[in-house]
Amino acid sequence: MNTAVYAANETARLAKHRRRKAMNIVALTLSMAAMAFGLFWLVWILIETIKLGVGGMSWSIFTDMTPPPQSGTGGLANAIFGSAMMVCLATLVGTPIGVMAGIYLAEYGQKTWLGSATRFVNDVLLSAPSIVIGLFIYAVVVARMKTYSGHAGGLALALIVIPVVIRTTENMLSLIPNALREAAYALGTPKWRVISSVTLKSARAGVMTGVLLAFARISGETAPLLFTALSNQFWSGNLSGPLANLPVTIFKFAMSPYENWQKLAWAGVFLITLGVLALNILARVLFRNKH
Amino acid sequence: MAATLPASHYGQNEMSRADPLGQPPTVRRQATWPDKLFSVLAHAAAVLTLLLLLAIIGSLIVGAAPAIREYGLSFLWRSDWDPVKDQYGGLVMIYGTLATSFIALLIAVPVSFGIALFLTELSPNWLRRPLGVAIELLAAVPSIVYGMWGLLVFSPMLSEFVQQPLQGWFQNTPVLKELVSGAPVGIGILSAGIILAIMIIPFIAAVMRDVFEVTPAMLKESAYGLGSTTWEVVFKVVLPYTKTGVIGGIMLGLGRALGETMAVTFVIGNANQLNSPSLFEAANSITSVLANEFAEAGEGLHQASLLYLALVLFFITFVVLALSKMLLARLRRGEGVRA
Repeated sequence: MNTAVYAANETARLAKHRRRKAMNIVALTLSMAAMAFGLFWLVWILIETIKLGVGGMSWSIFTDMTPPPQSGTGGLANAIFGSAMMVCLATLVGTPIGVMAGIYLAEYGQKTWLGSATRFVNDVLLSAPSIVIGLFIYAVVVARMKTYSGHAGGLALALIVIPVVIRTTENMLSLIPNALREAAYALGTPKWRVISSVTLKSARAGVMTGVLLAFARISGETAPLLFTALSNQFWSGNLSGPLANLPVTIFKFAMSPYENWQKLAWAGVFLITLGVLALNILARVLFRNKH
Repeated sequence: MAATLPASHYGQNEMSRADPLGQPPTVRRQATWPDKLFSVLAHAAAVLTLLLLLAIIGSLIVGAAPAIREYGLSFLWRSDWDPVKDQYGGLVMIYGTLATSFIALLIAVPVSFGIALFLTELSPNWLRRPLGVAIELLAAVPSIVYGMWGLLVFSPMLSEFVQQPLQGWFQNTPVLKELVSGAPVGIGILSAGIILAIMIIPFIAAVMRDVFEVTPAMLKESAYGLGSTTWEVVFKVVLPYTKTGVIGGIMLGLGRALGETMAVTFVIGNANQLNSPSLFEAANSITSVLANEFAEAGEGLHQASLLYLALVLFFITFVVLALSKMLLARLRRGEGVRA
């Protein structure tokens, strides 16, 4: 072979190699930059929330009612209480329905049309805009009862809990090996006992994780409460009337021009962020310990 | 048989157990009603979930009926929204929703791809889990936190460091000038799009990471063995193999962005206008107009029009989600065939 051609080929090949290498380095650097970009927002949001939230924290947050605008101090006690009531109501209503439907999907209807239809509908509900859920509850509860109420707010939140719990329950139950079920059946155990004392029991940690995550998710949900629970300036334990709640109060206060309201809104946001992140981390730890 | 087995195999115990000498065990018939009840409850919960979706769609259609009768499909391209004159059209909000989601995707898709690439190919093993968890926590932060942070922290910065310099540079450039005009407060379509991008990055990145991980190691190793660089392996082997899953993940993020309410309501500015193409001009999206006006809207055409908008939103997210499910399911099927 002609040495000149060979040398030319060689330089071309080396040039190509350098190009590919450079391309690789550029791409990998960009990928690292993307990772840093993602973390940057998380860190920035957390820092701002802590910085501005801690400034507004004090005992009066937990003991005083929401104040009128521009009137010095006040707290979020009624909003925290109302939120807690509705979130608990929603979890209590949503969890059994979600778990039962999850059991249906994993144990009864894996291959039936009802099973696949429910699974699809559940996916739709899981990512349905939460404000639409609020509108639905407005139409079927608030418009009928002619009043905004804590019940309506709790129901709207329950509709958000259900799909989350269904999804995790089904996933966790289908991880249970079939041999466990077969062993239980071989002992003559009826199906409901197999499910309740064998499969569901083995999947307990996972199902609990799902419930915790759902709980965390609805603690910060605002949109479905806007026209169901509305808001309330005063202390109220009455679920049949408008109920103060943390997210809507934060929304109202943050959008206002009053300084004392904005400060309270930051304190509220700090509380919610802290609570939700703690619940998420707890759920992960809980799940990891069992597996 | 008996000759080949040692006699000890037939111990005393086995014999006596096989021998029906004593009383047969008392038959303990399990009652069947708990089983039936449990099954009925499980079925009922599943059916309830199905009915829920039908009820949501039904109630939206019933509520929107007056507006549907009044405007028909022309509602979608009418741009006047005037509660005083009782004239309604959805174009402004539909544009706001689509534009903010488009900006969000434009930012979120490349970033999520980079994050997924980093998590699957580059990250040292001990960092993989903590970083993955950190990104997932970003998804758990409630949207109202993003909204408030966006309004009070991010928008002023966007105005000061991006909008005002851009307005200075493009003063005399004909098209770009229009694009960055508007009051220098940093509120509008662009900031809503950026906040949405931050919110959907974790969703898209998580799906991308998961589908990248299903690529068979052998495929990747073959490519590496031929001398491919990491980038070539990801771009020419992993990405083509998982492309349906990747698109499914993007669709999932898009569905989130379209339906997000609070964060958008905080930063979009809530003004019904379409006159200016500026990215910094206050606008409105379907969700923000619902959040702001629904509680005050009187019964009648105003409320019906808002519900019509909600129906449109639900329809769009439904289609996007169904597409994403289809694509992800196809990837899963493909996996089965190839495996």
